[in-house]
Amino acid sequence: MPKIIKDGQVVDDSWVIINKDFSGDLPMAKVLLPMQYWLDNKDSLNLMCAGIWIDSDEDVDTIGLEANQFPLIAVNFPTFVDGRGFSIARLLKERYEFTGQLRAIGSAIRDQLFYLKRCGFDSFDLKEGIDLESAAASLNDFSVTYQTSADQPEPLFRRG
Amino acid sequence: MYVYNENDQKIIEERVAQFRGQTERYLAGELAEDEFLPLRLQNGLYIQRLAPMLRIAVPYGLLNSKQLRKLARIARTYDKGYCHITTRQNIQFNWPQLEEVPDILAELAEVQMHAVQTSGNCIRNTTTDQFAGVAQDELEDPRPWCEIIRQWSTFHPEFAFLPRKFKIAVCGTQGDRAAIQVHDIGLQIVRNDDGEIGFKVIVGGGLGRTPVIGSVIREFLPKEHLLTYLDAILRVYNRHGNRANKYKARIKILVRAWKPDVFAHEVEAEWDYIKETPASLTNEEINRVKSFFTAPDYQPIDDDNAEKELKKLSGEHLAFSKWLQRNITAHRVPGYAAVTLSLKPTGVAPGDITDQQLDAVADLADQYSLGEVRTTHNQNLVLADVKKSELFELWQKAKTGGFATPNIGTLTDMICCPGGDFCSLANAKSIPVAEALQRKFDDMDYVYDLGDLSLNISGCMNACGHHHVGNIGVLGVDKKGEEFYQIQLGGSADSDATLGKVLGPSFGREEMPEVIEKILNVYVENRKGDELFLDTYRRIGITPFKETVYAKDH
Repeated sequence: MPKIIKDGQVVDDSWVIINKDFSGDLPMAKVLLPMQYWLDNKDSLNLMCAGIWIDSDEDVDTIGLEANQFPLIAVNFPTFVDGRGFSIARLLKERYEFTGQLRAIGSAIRDQLFYLKRCGFDSFDLKEGIDLESAAASLNDFSVTYQTSADQPEPLFRRG
Repeated sequence: MYVYNENDQKIIEERVAQFRGQTERYLAGELAEDEFLPLRLQNGLYIQRLAPMLRIAVPYGLLNSKQLRKLARIARTYDKGYCHITTRQNIQFNWPQLEEVPDILAELAEVQMHAVQTSGNCIRNTTTDQFAGVAQDELEDPRPWCEIIRQWSTFHPEFAFLPRKFKIAVCGTQGDRAAIQVHDIGLQIVRNDDGEIGFKVIVGGGLGRTPVIGSVIREFLPKEHLLTYLDAILRVYNRHGNRANKYKARIKILVRAWKPDVFAHEVEAEWDYIKETPASLTNEEINRVKSFFTAPDYQPIDDDNAEKELKKLSGEHLAFSKWLQRNITAHRVPGYAAVTLSLKPTGVAPGDITDQQLDAVADLADQYSLGEVRTTHNQNLVLADVKKSELFELWQKAKTGGFATPNIGTLTDMICCPGGDFCSLANAKSIPVAEALQRKFDDMDYVYDLGDLSLNISGCMNACGHHHVGNIGVLGVDKKGEEFYQIQLGGSADSDATLGKVLGPSFGREEMPEVIEKILNVYVENRKGDELFLDTYRRIGITPFKETVYAKDH
């Protein structure tokens, strides 16, 4: 079974990412649907075993407050230098108060884990071939932070 | 000057450890080249033409003597004995070994310095007026605000992978010495009708291949909202900036495409969500940071007496009087002056300084200027708090050190990027052009007669040498593998910020001194009274310059 980093641990994971160009019947599995697929099929879908994934160029405001009907939302990083996913995550967590699992998928790299975690991601599906055990150490590259973020409602200067 | 507390120190030390790990993984082949690239850039490390280049952050240009001595040591130990002051007030080392960079960063951390976010597509070092805190025309000292921005922008988790680099400048004066209109965000400290201090917010200025003067998107931002408003601007940019084409990725392109009022509307809408959150500043925090920039213990000095004495010495020493004229700036405290040490003597690359000179400046700072020095975006150094009674002594020592060239603000005080001698982006060399011009115009009387005149040289359209805003701008271009230079006239980086206009077809390097001479002749022949170059240009336009420079020889 594929492995991911979740809540700081390397764990098995069974979510199946459905591509944007998918057609036909959905597999019998926990599926991560493309955001547009969900929008198009909202009324007929049984969301019990579905999450969605949003691409970096898609508008997170379209999900908005509906976010909380999903147990998991994934944000795609088509390349690791495409930083839109950081804003998408913070908006989901802080503006739309999403409480489910928030996952980074695609091309995010180990050296971004600390920032990703700060923006609200709690699980990370990194590229194959990465030593996840040692990568997970990068979640804690820093022990002090200046700013507010999804993981820290107060800036350093208010924490006293 | 701001002094790190335990938290600030810890963050910088953890960065050193993080980068050491990344470097080790890269050298061991565990971190791919393309993945290491943005990581090292965000630590100021470029791979250049000849060797790596390491850019050290000098937050808003402020250094103490201990830091200068550390930089001298690094230049000696890890480099070839010199470094370079950049147009963003930072310091560059041109010859470090990649393997040794973590050690250099560890040494810097010992003196509260780092290379964080000095490159890459993130929020860069915030810059300001080199005379901040001592300027006579200042509404409020911008440095506490720069430090507040520094802390907010350091490892900001949301904005480390922006569409493109992002530069912020702050000024506290009406006359702008921080070029705030050509920054991604320019902040001007202003007072509103109720007497409250806040910021005028300018967005979308910039040089580079598409030079733009920024647009005001908010006339008055109350000071406690500074950080949330910056968050709002950055978030709109991070979400909507162009990521497909790096040449269209700066915020200026987005502001232009949307129009400034639409951009402002989007920012305000975003800000509405976040302005009343704990991220807004507290008076306590503002005062805490301000407490590091309180006025030092100035001594009461009889200014008239000091002036009288200077006048006497000037009469006896012509060179000293020239230096006083060009290299001294008025100070807000009577009896004191700000001194600019010139890093533009003929024959040295503009902005370069040796390890011995760094040590010498540290000594001068300790002896004459409260132990502090500022770097300037014109690539010089400033001793900001010198007693007028000690100027003569300081001048003699500065002469020995090689930085008393009395040319500040003149033709030979050129801004010049490292260019093709070092930089792998450059289309052409810039240092040899600067040197040829300095040699051509070595008659100081002629240079003084020309008066205030900025000549800025960039080796490519990325415009590190700010050529667009030089009264005379020189841009290196590549034509089928050969180096040519295009000239622009009429630029200004002051509060009347203006982009220069292209004069015409470009020239070969060896033609440059003669061409610049022709341009200067047009000015001298046409000026009225003590009119400056820029004013003459604005009055007579580009045509007379064009006609003279491109006239067919008979």
